[in-house]
Amino acid sequence: MTTPEIRDILLENFDGKIGDYHEFAKSEYQKRYGSYIDVADKEWLRDVCLFLRDDDRLQFNSLLCLSTLDNNDSTLSVVYHLESTILRHVLAMKVTVPVTETEVPSITDVWPHANWHEREGWDMMGIRFVGHPDHRRILLEEDYPGHPLRKDFREPTFYHGMKVPY
Amino acid sequence: MPEIIDSHKIATRALTKEATFRAEKLEPRRVRTEEMLLNMGPQHPSTHGVLRLEVVLDGELVVDVRPHIGYLHRCFEKHTESMTYPQVMPYVDRTDYLASMSSGHGFALAVERMMGIEVPEKVEYIRVLFLELQRIASHLVAIGAYGLDIGAFTPFLYCFELRERIIEMFERTCGARFLYNYMWVGGLSHDLHPTVPELCREFLKESRKAHKEIVDLLTFNKIFVERTGNVGILPADVAIAGGASGPVLRGSGVKWDLRRDDPYSIYDRFDFDIPVGTGLVGAVGDAWDRNWVRVCEWEESMNIIEQVLDTYPYEDTTNVQAAIPKRIKPPAGEIYSRTETPRGEQGYYVVSRDGINPWRVKQRSPAFCNLSLLPHISRGCLVGDLIAIIGSLDFVLGEVDR
Amino acid sequence: MFDGLLEFFKSIFGDIAAANILALAVYSVVPLIFILVYGLIAILGEMKISAWIQDRLGPMRTGPKGLFQPFADILKLLQKEDTTPTTADRTLYNAAPYIMFVGAYAAFAALPFSAAYIGARINTGIFFVLSIASLVPVSIMMAGWGSNSKYSLMGAMRSVSQLISYEIPAGLALISVVMVAGSMDMQTITHLQSGGIQNWFIFGGPKSLDGFGGTSNLVLMPFLVISFLIYLVASLAETNRVPFDLPEAESELVAGFHTEYSAMKFALFFLAEYANMFAVGAIASVLFLGGWQSPFGDFLGGPVFGFFWFVLKGLFFVFLQICIRWTLPRLRVDQLMYVCWKVLIPFSLFAVLGVGLCVVMLNR
Repeated sequence: MTTPEIRDILLENFDGKIGDYHEFAKSEYQKRYGSYIDVADKEWLRDVCLFLRDDDRLQFNSLLCLSTLDNNDSTLSVVYHLESTILRHVLAMKVTVPVTETEVPSITDVWPHANWHEREGWDMMGIRFVGHPDHRRILLEEDYPGHPLRKDFREPTFYHGMKVPY
Repeated sequence: MPEIIDSHKIATRALTKEATFRAEKLEPRRVRTEEMLLNMGPQHPSTHGVLRLEVVLDGELVVDVRPHIGYLHRCFEKHTESMTYPQVMPYVDRTDYLASMSSGHGFALAVERMMGIEVPEKVEYIRVLFLELQRIASHLVAIGAYGLDIGAFTPFLYCFELRERIIEMFERTCGARFLYNYMWVGGLSHDLHPTVPELCREFLKESRKAHKEIVDLLTFNKIFVERTGNVGILPADVAIAGGASGPVLRGSGVKWDLRRDDPYSIYDRFDFDIPVGTGLVGAVGDAWDRNWVRVCEWEESMNIIEQVLDTYPYEDTTNVQAAIPKRIKPPAGEIYSRTETPRGEQGYYVVSRDGINPWRVKQRSPAFCNLSLLPHISRGCLVGDLIAIIGSLDFVLGEVDR
Repeated sequence: MFDGLLEFFKSIFGDIAAANILALAVYSVVPLIFILVYGLIAILGEMKISAWIQDRLGPMRTGPKGLFQPFADILKLLQKEDTTPTTADRTLYNAAPYIMFVGAYAAFAALPFSAAYIGARINTGIFFVLSIASLVPVSIMMAGWGSNSKYSLMGAMRSVSQLISYEIPAGLALISVVMVAGSMDMQTITHLQSGGIQNWFIFGGPKSLDGFGGTSNLVLMPFLVISFLIYLVASLAETNRVPFDLPEAESELVAGFHTEYSAMKFALFFLAEYANMFAVGAIASVLFLGGWQSPFGDFLGGPVFGFFWFVLKGLFFVFLQICIRWTLPRLRVDQLMYVCWKVLIPFSLFAVLGVGLCVVMLNR
């Protein structure tokens, strides 16, 4: 099943909550794996994910990757790549939130795989995942100031009273 | 004593005040004295790198395990935003340093697919040859180091002796023993060295003998079987939902291999089997099964290498760098490109905004995802079992932390 | 040999008391010198044998073919800084290595090095050796607790449970030989095995004790072979060697109960472990393989060659222990206990029963 077809099925059930389909097709592979659909309303994200996992035509039983993205126009995005190992199709979804209100529902209870990826999203990009069971930094220290992957991140000049040399 | 600049204080205060999601620090309940918090700290002989495990023990029984990662975090993803695509390649090698051919190939494939580049036949054959050799080398380290964790010191050295032959082939071709920077976007850095096919055939003969030896000496050794059988059982549904991949997933009985189920490069031309764990000496999905999958994959890789050597176009004189474009500048777009590395499914989510540098590169590393399953499969085991489980997951901290 | 020494010193000093003391001193220091020399050989042997098994060369640079490596190692250990953790229990921490060495060394007192030399000829020799060897778990517990470190404590507890459990099958295995020999004195047992290899206890015992013209040996032999094998396995556990080396499991607990030790104290633990290895090997050789008796009967026999045969057999067992260490993986703690209580003890009880029945019925 291709992404536009999946989007049609989603629109049947979640009209208004699903955004546009963006296609990149420099190669067959990119058409399948690079094209994504927007999720317009982030409050419905968890319901969309549950539907994707449980519906018989879709059966997305595996979350491949959860990445975060800084679009440099005061918005952050969370990108979900899903796969169905049973029906052999893939889907990419993107949720965009403004930088002032970075809260996205957590999908840890839909696919437990998202647990550490969401922690990394908080750590690196500063996106809060509402409902995450263990919301803390994973790669950096708990008291590190800032979120490194943001485009406007400046390295702190002092850390715990020590001057950062370069 | 230099004064701490205010912005740091403000930032920290802001973070702590705003953070409404406070995770509970792992602490045994203060009244009970039977539980002991053991810190298998960052430096430890058998945690395969700098990993800190906070283990709550009740005598010898593990009640909970919390892995703390980030000791090898070099923020590779931030670095990529200020480098050109070819400059990213050495960095990618250093994430999974035990299988750097595979990681480099993954990234090269991602950019090639974004630009629509087709590499020559010869390049594909060399890539598959080196990928399978790298797979054997990585599994040799995994199997040998696993034996070392369990206490058998000798198979480790036998495996490393064999791995020296592979490293020698790599060194002859690209000059490096360990971190190659060999797979370039659109081609390779050097052509296959003319002595490599001969060396490879000799290596295969020795490897088959060594494979039989390791199976007899270690894998079916009664003590090894007792230590790793029925330990760390990972059910198949937990594995898929938890994001496991590679030998960890196949050890639980799920026959899923990207070389077969989502073929890339020229893997569809070769005939090989996908070994899965069948619970030969215990439950399906125990640590022994994961190790057994690696041992069988070693054998399958040898078959693939033989087929590659038999069908390689020896008279083809195309330059291996023929398809490399003058400037590597993918058009605006994104891609999630995945390959099957020795550790599992490695994916690169690359976003390009039509610039010389990538906008975002995220590496979905298999070791990161496999390691997140550690707490779930090690509750209720003994400390010795914990070591066995860690060894069977075969993670590399460079890849976990990036 | 003691009388010879006494005469020698009397001829120098004339005074009986001084001569006595000096002779005693020299006599009891012989095993210590032996342990020190043997320690050097054992360290080098372990390195070279493990290298041979692992398809590599081992130390090659210190001296010709690496022969001076043990001296380099001893020098290194001696010149290290002697650290004590600040929160350690001083008394226990400092005393533990010495007590472990005492336990290992005292066992040498009852070993018959040759017809002319036995440190102390006690008529309950085996009983003495077994009991003095149980100083080792005490010292390990002291080391583990005194170090005030979780790793050491875990290593010590595992070790103590392992050592006291495996003393039972070891003792039972030795009892079967004692029943056939009729004495616990190690020198008597060795004397009984004189006359050649066919008289050794592992092949059923000396013909001189046989009342039926040679057949009762064959009946006894399987039980004694079982006892021998059980004693080999149990002695591996007694000396904390792989596959039973959980207390010092390198890849699990850093170094187990001797994590916090350095320099001289670590050297003492090290030396005590090697001394223990030789001691259990020597006991096995005395009881089953004829001690200082030559396998050819009288040819190459006698007190001087006796020492050579005794050391050769002991070293053979040390070699065996080293080979096993570098081949097999390590057992987990509960599997270790399972092997002891559910496998070794039943078999050793069966062997004791068999030997006892044979001895009674064949009217020895």
